[in-house]
Amino acid sequence: MLGGAPEGGPYDGGTTPDGVLLPSAEPVQLVDPDGHHHTDGRYLLPDGDRLLDAYGRLVAGRRINDQANALVRQGRMAVYPSSHGQEACQVAAAVVLGAEDWLFPTYRDTVAVITRGVDPLQVLTLLRGDWHSGYDPHEHRVATQATPLATQLLHAVGVAHAAKLRGEPTVVLAMCGDGATSEGDFHEALNFAAVFHVPVVFFVQNNEFAISVPLRNQSVAPSLAHKAIGYGMPGERVDGNDLAALLAVLGAAVDRARDGGGPTLVEAHTYRMQAHTNADDATRYRSADDVERWVPKDPITRMRTYLRALDLLTDEKEQALADEADAIAAAIRKGLNTEVTVNPAELFEYVYTEKTTQLREQAEQLREELARDAAGAGTPADDTKAERR
Amino acid sequence: MTQTTEAPTGGVAARPGAAPGGRVTSTFAKALNAALADSMAADASVLMFGEDVGTLGGVFRITDGLTARFGEERCFDTPLAEAGIMGMAIGMAMNGMKPVVEMQFDAFAYPAFEQVVSHVAKMPNRTKGKVRLPLVIRIPYAGGIGGVEHHCDSSEAYYAHTPGLTVLAPATVRDAYFMLREAIASPDPVVFLEPKKLYWSKEEVDLAELRRTFEAGQAPRRIGKAVVARPGTDATLISYGPSVPTALAAAAAAAEEGRSIEVIDLRSIVPFDDETVCASVRRTGRAVVVAEAPGFVSVASEIVARVQERCFHSLAAPVLRVTGFDIPYPSPKLEHFYLPSVDRILDAVDDLQWED
Ligand SMILES: Cc1ncc(C[n+]2csc(CCOP(=O)(O)OP(=O)(O)O)c2C)c(N)n1
Repeated sequence: MLGGAPEGGPYDGGTTPDGVLLPSAEPVQLVDPDGHHHTDGRYLLPDGDRLLDAYGRLVAGRRINDQANALVRQGRMAVYPSSHGQEACQVAAAVVLGAEDWLFPTYRDTVAVITRGVDPLQVLTLLRGDWHSGYDPHEHRVATQATPLATQLLHAVGVAHAAKLRGEPTVVLAMCGDGATSEGDFHEALNFAAVFHVPVVFFVQNNEFAISVPLRNQSVAPSLAHKAIGYGMPGERVDGNDLAALLAVLGAAVDRARDGGGPTLVEAHTYRMQAHTNADDATRYRSADDVERWVPKDPITRMRTYLRALDLLTDEKEQALADEADAIAAAIRKGLNTEVTVNPAELFEYVYTEKTTQLREQAEQLREELARDAAGAGTPADDTKAERR
Repeated sequence: MTQTTEAPTGGVAARPGAAPGGRVTSTFAKALNAALADSMAADASVLMFGEDVGTLGGVFRITDGLTARFGEERCFDTPLAEAGIMGMAIGMAMNGMKPVVEMQFDAFAYPAFEQVVSHVAKMPNRTKGKVRLPLVIRIPYAGGIGGVEHHCDSSEAYYAHTPGLTVLAPATVRDAYFMLREAIASPDPVVFLEPKKLYWSKEEVDLAELRRTFEAGQAPRRIGKAVVARPGTDATLISYGPSVPTALAAAAAAAEEGRSIEVIDLRSIVPFDDETVCASVRRTGRAVVVAEAPGFVSVASEIVARVQERCFHSLAAPVLRVTGFDIPYPSPKLEHFYLPSVDRILDAVDDLQWED
């Protein structure tokens, strides 16, 4: 059959090299919260340069989150779902992919999209309240940030399937949150990916909350990664605040997918340090103490300690990274201070490839209204109506 | 503009002698099958998938033989999951393919509704046209076949109400062929409604000739173009899909009573062909919209509104509707009470405030 089990013999697809579908008992961790290396039987620590490069993006990610939050407070952005505390997941998701791969992000994954190379201002377009995604998905192979939960996971499967049919080496990494794993589309996506044996890595950022609903009200599975076994694909749990472990685990899943090993489900255990969005009041469903407990696990301080101990991160390098992050933030500030020019004619432009008669008429109606407004400022509305009759 | 090189086909009955020799009888289903096969042969990026479309050839056999001919990479069975089918089609369309998916029955497309409304319809717009979704959603649709519940819904209003979707409903064998090919060739997503009760209707057509006509670019455009299925001068029946044959039968019956009734087959619900519809109503001054879906907040309501807005001064009577009742689709034993009938249409025509 198409995809699915390899021909001949009993089903042996969907296993890790050691033949296990079950995730590790504990989330994979390579650098602990104190910044010390942990050995793992299955995953090697990424080399220093790779870690240093990713660390720089982590610092920039935190700065982007801070800047975006500030811009919402100033009324320059409509909303921002912060990934503060989850930046290691964001960075790792983007940097494990090659140029030929696709990233499918959610609304919370702004930092991942920026890390992938999309212009921050374009990425923030949607969150400013605009109607369009702001960037061309094909340019960086990043799908539009998805709002309806879990729906994008299926698109990821389709992109991967098309690439596979053409014999291209594309891998697709599709992101979602813990809440989204309860949606039917999550199930359908994993099942389709496994049955068609396509190169997709499903990456769940378990930040313990779906708005106000904690994980225990979402699922009673031993872990979200355990769900993978039901689809016949390997699942893996990883410390979502450990950049090194994320790079190793996601990197291995991407390699496996590229080598024809099919899909993997990776669950990162992390925590949403801030409210769901600026509109949310997190104090209604969790205490400050709960949040405090995660502070020592911060992905940045941990990687910083590790890199400094190895002398990979020097004072000068830190300063340089901080300056880079500041420059990104300044560019975002500057960009968002500039008023966008809106063109109402655009409203009708992209609904169909060719405007329908109806849309042409409506575009013309709006154009006339605007022309009238421009010509006779102060014309009472009633007169205008009478004129039309 | 509508039927420049072709005679109107006028309903689904075989019309022996209406065309030059060499033609063979084909069913609506066979024409759809040929349109799929010809599209797949002409364009390697066209794929067909859904539930039971592979080995079985679909529960209505519309995909019969496609897997055998094109291989299971081009026509394949999916897991039983409509959102999955639809969502995967979106991704494939994003990545260079032209997927045609089959939703097994109208009411079983609802699990995919979220994908259709939130993504299929909006993706091109929200990416400013950078992501086009050239995909076709084929839906065996509407009733009149004695089906059990959930197998006979007329769901066109849901789709027609959603900007970004093209919504088509053919009523003749020739249109079935040409419109499906045009739908597959379209850069925009198309909801292609296949009236189930017309699957076995027949016409004398040479499918090979239709293919040549289409591929030579000689088939007049049908998306957005209604057609006069039967000319007349006294009143206009406006219909589409499964109700067109009934409207034609009503027009034939009215002719025996001395009334000349024009029948418009919309073919394309979105985009809507105001021009053809209004030209007819302005000529006849009277109109009845005939559609199988419940009438409340329906495509029929929309047509009435448009016609009143645009043809008010030409109208000799209010525009009337003959539609299904506002009830869930009834059981096979009761469906004939529900469906627009020739008599009900003739009654409506009689109500058009004739002077005599
Ligand atoms: C289908 C759907 N239902 C509801 C919502 C409203 N909503 C937005 S975010 C959210 C919580 C999502 O939680 P999770 O998947 O854990 O992701 P997180 O926000 O934690 O990253 C909800 C309920 C939605 N966007 N889509």
